[in-house]
Amino acid sequence: MQQADLIVITEFCRHYNIEFTFVYALKQHGLIDIVIIEGTGFIYADQLQYLEKLVRLHYHLDINIEGIETITHLLERITTMQHQISGLQCRLDLYE
Amino acid sequence: MDVIDYYKVLGLQANASPDDIKKAYRKLARKLHPDVNPNDKAAQVKFQAINEANEVLSDPEKRKKYDKYGKDWQHAEAFEKAGATNTQNNSGQQFYDGADGEDFSSFFSSMFGGSAGKRQSQFRGQDYNATLKLSLREAAETHQQTMTVNSKNIRITIPAGAEDGQVIKLKGYGSPGSNGGPAGDLYITFTIAQDAQFKRLGNDLYVTTDIDLYTAVLGGEILQATLTGQVKMKVQSETQNGTKIRLKGKGFPVYKQEAVFGDLFVTYQVKIPTNLSSKQKELFTELSQLSS
Repeated sequence: MQQADLIVITEFCRHYNIEFTFVYALKQHGLIDIVIIEGTGFIYADQLQYLEKLVRLHYHLDINIEGIETITHLLERITTMQHQISGLQCRLDLYE
Repeated sequence: MDVIDYYKVLGLQANASPDDIKKAYRKLARKLHPDVNPNDKAAQVKFQAINEANEVLSDPEKRKKYDKYGKDWQHAEAFEKAGATNTQNNSGQQFYDGADGEDFSSFFSSMFGGSAGKRQSQFRGQDYNATLKLSLREAAETHQQTMTVNSKNIRITIPAGAEDGQVIKLKGYGSPGSNGGPAGDLYITFTIAQDAQFKRLGNDLYVTTDIDLYTAVLGGEILQATLTGQVKMKVQSETQNGTKIRLKGKGFPVYKQEAVFGDLFVTYQVKIPTNLSSKQKELFTELSQLSS
C-alpha cells in the first residue's frame, strides 16, 4: 500500500499566517489536491513547495486565484516546451 | 561602487508619491519575480534591483536621506556616523548599505517570508539553478566533481549516463530560508557537449567509420573505436556504403544502472581509392567490362 505524507491545512495556514480559505480556493480551482480525513483537511507534503510558490504569488504579488491559475498553466507550458526544445536540439545535433 | 538611481529603477520621477512607488514596485515585481521567471538570471538580477529600490523608497526615513544626499548618500551616512553623539537616533544606522548587501538579503527574504512589520511566517529559501558542462566522455564515467555555487564549493558525484538537459536536485543547497525556514534546493542542469567522434541518442552511440573499397568488396577485419577502447570487427564481403552495424552493449552507460549499456551503431563509409596507377585503372576497366 502506497503511503503519503500529509500536512494539516490549518497548521500550514497558521505557520504561514494565511487564511485557510485561500488554500480551499486553490483546491476549488484545481490547483492543488486536498485530502479530507475524519473532517480534517490535509495537503500532500510533496505539494508543499508548489503551494508555497502559490502563496508568494498571492500574498506578495497580489495576484488573484484566476491570475495564479493562468500563470501556473503558462509556466507548465513553458517547461514542457523547454524540454521539447532540449530533446529536439539533441536530435538535431545528430544530423549536424 | 556605482550609485543606483532608485527612482529610475522603478521607472519613477523623484516626486513620486508613496502610492506611486508601491504601484510601480508591484507592477515590476509581478513581471520579474523569480517564481514567474524560473531559470532567468537576468530577471533575478532586476528583481533584486527593484527590491533594493523599494527598500529605500518605501521607507520615509530612508527615502528622505536618499533624496537629501542623492548620489553621496552613503558618504553622508558615514560622515553622520563619525560625528554622531550617543544620543543619536538609531534609525539612520539602519540605512541600507548596498556595499555589503546584508540588508538587501534580509529584505529579499522578506519577499518570501514577510517583512518584520507585516508577516513573521517562515518561508523556505529560494531555489538555486546551476549548469554543469560535461564532455560526452566525462558523462560516460561515474566521477566526482567540485563546482562553485554562490561562492560555495560543492562536491558532487555524477553517475555515469547523465543526459543532456537532465536536472538533479541537491536538497538544502539553495538560498537560506527566512525567519528560520528551511533552505531552498540547488538544481543542477547537465549540459553534455557533443563529441567529435560519437553522436549520442539516448543510451545509444553512433559513429561513422571509413573502410577502404577493397575491404568493403572482399571483406576483412578492422579496429573499431568505442568509448572504452578499440574492438576488432569483421567486415562482411560486398559491404555496401552506408551499411549500419550494431555493437550490442558498446554504447553509453545507462544512468544509475550498473553494467548496463546502450548499443553502438557503426555506419560504414566506403572510401573510393584516388590517384590510381595505370595498372589499377586497367584492372578496374577490366572489372567493369566483366560486370557489364
